[in-house]
Amino acid sequence: MAKKKDQEITFAPKGIGDEKDGAVQKGVDLPAPTKKKHKALGLSEEDLKAMYEQMYLQRRFEERAMQQYQKGKFGGFLHLYIGQEAVSTGTVFALNDDDDIITAYRDHGWGLCRGISANEGMAELFGKKTGCSKGKGGSMHFAKTENHFWGGYGIVGGHIPIGGGLAFANKYNDNGRISTCFFGDGAVDQGALHETFNMSQLWKLPVIYVVENNGYSMGTAAKRHTVAEIVDRAKGYGMKSAVVNGMDVFSVYEKMNEIAEDVRKNSEPWFVEIRTYRYRGHSMSDPQKYRTKEELEEYQKIDPIERLKTYLKDNKILSDDEIQEINDKIEQEVLDAVEFADNSDFPDESELYDDMFVEDDPYFHI
Amino acid sequence: MAELQFREAIRDAIDEEMARDEKVFIMGEEVAEYNGAYKVTEGLLDKYGFKRVIDTPISELGFAGIGVGAAMNGLRPIVEFMTFNFAVLAADQIINHASKAGYMTGGQITCPMVFRGPNASAGQLGATHSVAFDSTYAHFPGLKVIYVSEPDDAKGLMKAAIRDDNPVLFMESEQMYGMKGEVSDEEDYIIPIGKGKIKREGSDVTIVAHGKMYHVAKQAAAQLEKDGVECEIIDPRTVKPLDLPLIIDSIKKTNRCVVVDEAHPFAGFAAEIGFLIQREAFDYLDAPVQRVTLPDVNAPFAKNLFDAWLPDAKNVIDAVNQVTYRN
Ligand SMILES: Cc1ncc(C[n+]2csc(CCOP(=O)(O)OP(=O)(O)O)c2C)c(N)n1
Repeated sequence: MAKKKDQEITFAPKGIGDEKDGAVQKGVDLPAPTKKKHKALGLSEEDLKAMYEQMYLQRRFEERAMQQYQKGKFGGFLHLYIGQEAVSTGTVFALNDDDDIITAYRDHGWGLCRGISANEGMAELFGKKTGCSKGKGGSMHFAKTENHFWGGYGIVGGHIPIGGGLAFANKYNDNGRISTCFFGDGAVDQGALHETFNMSQLWKLPVIYVVENNGYSMGTAAKRHTVAEIVDRAKGYGMKSAVVNGMDVFSVYEKMNEIAEDVRKNSEPWFVEIRTYRYRGHSMSDPQKYRTKEELEEYQKIDPIERLKTYLKDNKILSDDEIQEINDKIEQEVLDAVEFADNSDFPDESELYDDMFVEDDPYFHI
Repeated sequence: MAELQFREAIRDAIDEEMARDEKVFIMGEEVAEYNGAYKVTEGLLDKYGFKRVIDTPISELGFAGIGVGAAMNGLRPIVEFMTFNFAVLAADQIINHASKAGYMTGGQITCPMVFRGPNASAGQLGATHSVAFDSTYAHFPGLKVIYVSEPDDAKGLMKAAIRDDNPVLFMESEQMYGMKGEVSDEEDYIIPIGKGKIKREGSDVTIVAHGKMYHVAKQAAAQLEKDGVECEIIDPRTVKPLDLPLIIDSIKKTNRCVVVDEAHPFAGFAAEIGFLIQREAFDYLDAPVQRVTLPDVNAPFAKNLFDAWLPDAKNVIDAVNQVTYRN
């Protein structure tokens, strides 16, 4: 006879982290930021200014995008990256320009960082032919392959093997390039990640897999969807790993630089967990009932853009006025982009059939 | 009769079946604490607890398969996919396992479960979020496929699906969750799977349309009526099993047919209906069967291209004009 327990049966998720008074708690801690100053990291004052401009551009671009979305200028999903700008910026500055980057649908920051102009980005959101993907991709599918940005992908975890494939081709061609593949914490629960990790390690692919752990997979706190610290997934594959503070651009830069060098030298995959936070809802339709205002405010206190700004001022690299000047310039760039997108044409109806194999038979057309 | 939204009609059906049968449970991404991505499962966690309303990680293949195993072992799972576009990751469990286990074991295994969620496009979500899968799954033996167009059908057919001993794919449309309709308040309201419905009577042409396309056909019929063309609209409601006699009887009356389908043209639902009609009612046809489908191209994002891509009432009117030789 089977034994029966008296306990109530429940399939409530119980993952990492604690639950206090029924409130969702942080599942993980943010590692301390690097203590190194910019010179020790090999960053010039010009680099710092460029980093600041880039992060500020990402933020303003998305704030304006949100406004345009609310005005009904475009439809579809809009997943904002606000809060996570240090991850894209720190990484892009750490990599070579011809290293490959691929990411999920939260991709605007990545695209801008990899040379998609505000104009091309905004036009893509508006679905215009002047957009980086000719208006055919929208928010989730920014791409600029000439700059080795392979795009945003809409199926959670679907692009993880593709990141491995980019690395496979780089190794095959022995071109010295490495590939980096970014995804959210929710994606680590997909089988695709596990199959890809195993093969990457078997074949020693030159790739860095990076989970941007922003604490939430849609409405599910990381601690409710994953049973161990995410970075520990690397252990099962004997893969090198690291945890990084993603609210500090220097920390991201430092770690990604070191790791990229290691990958280039040894052709071995890494799994990196960059801990960060998203300030906005998962997408525009998310009421965000799953987290507290206090939690959000805690992270806003360590905002990556404010942090760099303070550094620039404290180290007398930029004055308040100079920062204001940069901000104004970028604000103008973004406003111009909105105007550019608004004034651009939609793709011609005939373009519906471009860019893929389509049956010639008119019965297969509209 | 009560006026209900789609999401309420589906929820009521699930709620009633959960109350009736302890073996019924629901699981999927965000179904419990978040109350469902499209609020279909709102309130169910409060009522049934974490034992029977279960949040899953984003692991489609895993949780669909856990559903299959649980069904084989005596439970009656309802597996929610946030959309059927994501169920592609679970296709192995649905196609290779749920549909075949009974046959391969000489009937030792049954797999009584429902896979449900929105199907097809939801407006400018791009190529990976806009595919209609009802024809695809109907291709495989052993699976029943339902794609509803009105809340009343949703209620009655969901209850039937949960009670069915086969794996059933129950498809909804993200764009229709808020749409209201009269729903029978008959106690234990069940619509048998495989029974279509004449949703509009007419004498000039038969339009076969299901799911979101039913509403497109309805719009077209209203306009055509002003021109003196009376369309009969048949909603098969279930793609498989298909209520072929209902369609054939209608064609014997109208002698003309247009099939409106939200999937791509090649080897799809519309192609199949065209074949079946020529086999069963060739002598009754006054014109070749026409179909209105998506083009053979992926979903574009740009609004103008998307609007051109998705079949609309004008496409249906053009097709009706062709079969009635009224160009
Ligand atoms: C295979 C698949 N399942 C479900 C979804 C719906 N979905 C889109 S984003 C998302 C949450 C993903 O969260 P995470 O990976 O942590 O990334 P983040 O949004 O935090 O950047 C879900 C469930 C999807 N797009 N693809």
